[in-house]
Amino acid sequence: MKMSDRVRVVVAMSGGVDSSVAAALLVQQGYEVIGLMMRLWGEPELNGGVHNRCCSPDSMAQARRVAEKLDIPFYVVDAQAPFKSRVVDFFINGYLSGVTPNPCLECNRHIRWDFLLRKALSLDAQYLATGHYARVRFISKSEGGPGGEGEFQLLRAVDERKDQSYVLSVMGQAQLRHALFPVGAYTKAEVRELARQFDLPVAERPESQDLCFLADNDYRRFLRQHASEGLRPGPIIRSDGTVIGQHQGLPFYTIGQRKGIGVAGSEPLYVLGTRPEANALVVGTADELGSDRLTAGRVNWISGTAPAEPFRAEVKIRYKAPPVAATVTPLPDQRAEVIFDQRLRDITPGQAAVFYTGEVCLGGGIILRADRRYEQQR
Amino acid sequence: MESIYLDYAATTPLDPRVLEAMLPYLREEFGNPSSVHGFGRRAEKAVEGARRTVAEVLGCDPDEIIFTGGGSESNNLALRGAAFAARELRGANHLITAPTEHEAVLATMHQLRDHFGFELTELPVDRTGRVEPADVVRALRPDTALVSVMTANNEIGTLQPVAEIAAICHERGVLFHTDAVQAASQLDLNVRASGVDLLSLGAHKFYGPKGVGALYVRRGTPLLPTQTGGAQERGRRAGTSNVASIVGLAEALRITAQERETHNARFAALREYVIAGVLSNVPESRVTGHRLERLPNHASFVFRYINGNDLLMHLDLAGIAASSGSACKTGDPRPSGVLLALGLEPEWALGSLRITVGRGTTEAHVERLVAVLPKAVEKLRAERLALA
Repeated sequence: MKMSDRVRVVVAMSGGVDSSVAAALLVQQGYEVIGLMMRLWGEPELNGGVHNRCCSPDSMAQARRVAEKLDIPFYVVDAQAPFKSRVVDFFINGYLSGVTPNPCLECNRHIRWDFLLRKALSLDAQYLATGHYARVRFISKSEGGPGGEGEFQLLRAVDERKDQSYVLSVMGQAQLRHALFPVGAYTKAEVRELARQFDLPVAERPESQDLCFLADNDYRRFLRQHASEGLRPGPIIRSDGTVIGQHQGLPFYTIGQRKGIGVAGSEPLYVLGTRPEANALVVGTADELGSDRLTAGRVNWISGTAPAEPFRAEVKIRYKAPPVAATVTPLPDQRAEVIFDQRLRDITPGQAAVFYTGEVCLGGGIILRADRRYEQQR
Repeated sequence: MESIYLDYAATTPLDPRVLEAMLPYLREEFGNPSSVHGFGRRAEKAVEGARRTVAEVLGCDPDEIIFTGGGSESNNLALRGAAFAARELRGANHLITAPTEHEAVLATMHQLRDHFGFELTELPVDRTGRVEPADVVRALRPDTALVSVMTANNEIGTLQPVAEIAAICHERGVLFHTDAVQAASQLDLNVRASGVDLLSLGAHKFYGPKGVGALYVRRGTPLLPTQTGGAQERGRRAGTSNVASIVGLAEALRITAQERETHNARFAALREYVIAGVLSNVPESRVTGHRLERLPNHASFVFRYINGNDLLMHLDLAGIAASSGSACKTGDPRPSGVLLALGLEPEWALGSLRITVGRGTTEAHVERLVAVLPKAVEKLRAERLALA
């Protein structure tokens, strides 16, 4: 089926500068490059259209122009059904179960590095490339380079501020052996400069941390519309169980939030957490906020095996959080305990805890609970 | 690697002889046929010569031919023009068509229903996409203005009993239109034989240029122009004649009619090779449309649990240009309305593939297809399995 003897790479294109430069670099490096864009589920809009920022008609036209410029084939593949069930429903169900889910992680786990990777491999591609800021390194354990025995490591990007290894921490050896991150070795500024050098028709678009499938970036509105049955008012309680008010539905509150809770106290009150089984929102003083330990579940070890012993690591508890020194103890059932060297204010169940040793990302898991002071005091 | 084109139903390459005939009118003979001077007269002569050629192939008089901007425009003019005129003349307010028609007919019919107050009956079709003439009899009403049923289906190749339906309509004094755009590259278009009142053509489907079409309108058929302006085309289609393209359409149609028998025999043999090769090498595959009453160059299939767009991608990367029923470049697959009308389940209907051969197709081309396709389908089905 192959057109040439060159190594075939599928590049996931979004029309943005990062994936466009990734594609251009691969062409320059002599690969046979095929551009794919995924059609993702998007929220129906009032005008009858469908919103998904990642595959809007504009992005699609943009990616097509880049592919034309690079003279590579470009196709759009339908990922709406798996994206809806694996990412959007996961997001809704996560909120309804009282946590703050991270759908980008699930998108990488189930859509990009499973659904799309399988598509790439069935097209006889050896690699799937994306515009992520991260790197892959092969550590050989025998003679013969990447063909032989060894381990693929996921590394932080060269550009620390752009590093996206957090959302890629769900990858394993089966994925990394087929992964290329061509822009991970560059800074964002260098990537912009490369786009100019390649004369790529990419428009500078404001970067967004918002979720691609929300029509208006308002997740509260989204939940009201798509999961209203799961939004039940319930009690606002102090950590000792005293009821001091009523909340509008647990998904509308985030840990550490102070404004807009709707209760008054003699001192400022913050959201400490939830007790989903009682549909209760727990609030308390700044003093009660925060914890120095968490338990994570669904832990993925990128090497394929859990470390036998507790180990020192730097741990990130949100995409944009700075890494914090901690001791990580692998536990049975794909769980791990993390004890930080310092107290953190906003350990948020549903987000990922991702473990690093230096530039190497070792893996991570979904935060099940922070072991909080207010709970210890009960 | 050679690129193999197996999408002649989408469009055809311009016949070099047609290009030769057109060239003078793209160069020195640039006149406007409406002009009084010599430039105009020579251009007018070319257009009227083209009209006679088309009339000869269709077996009608030259003044029954209207040149248009393509097959879709011909359909639009036929349906709107006849529907509005019939309403004005005799208060007719009812239209009949089939759910398997091309969008140019279907969307026009739906607009006439939704925005202009016509009532619309969509005829049932059988599992091969055929309209049963008896159903036309049942659907006709005293206030029926027009019936439109295509000659051959673009997605599934099925031929319709056009002459029978035309006769039924005429018994009741109702106009009959047929969209012959897909059929024109292969079928006899004689309108005296078929008895149709209106017939649409588009040149690029029969090795002519894009952007030009023709509409046959039986003399005396009331037709309200839909594009108004100058008096070109006897006042039925305003706009300066596209002289070179009209000349191209006529030359392409003349050649097509002349060479029809030779090509059709070869097309049918290639088609049968494709159908036999695919059915015997691809598990869970079916032919869509009628097995025999179909265009000689047209093979169409569905493969269970396959996304047709993904299959086209695989074939394209293997150097084979084909089509699914409903071309979609935006990755938003909807099962084709035509395939759903045949009663196909969505798990089948999404996996459609259309292979259409043409004058440039060789045996080696279809052999390559039959070699490549089963592997592509197998890979796509294997994609559903998790990574090792």
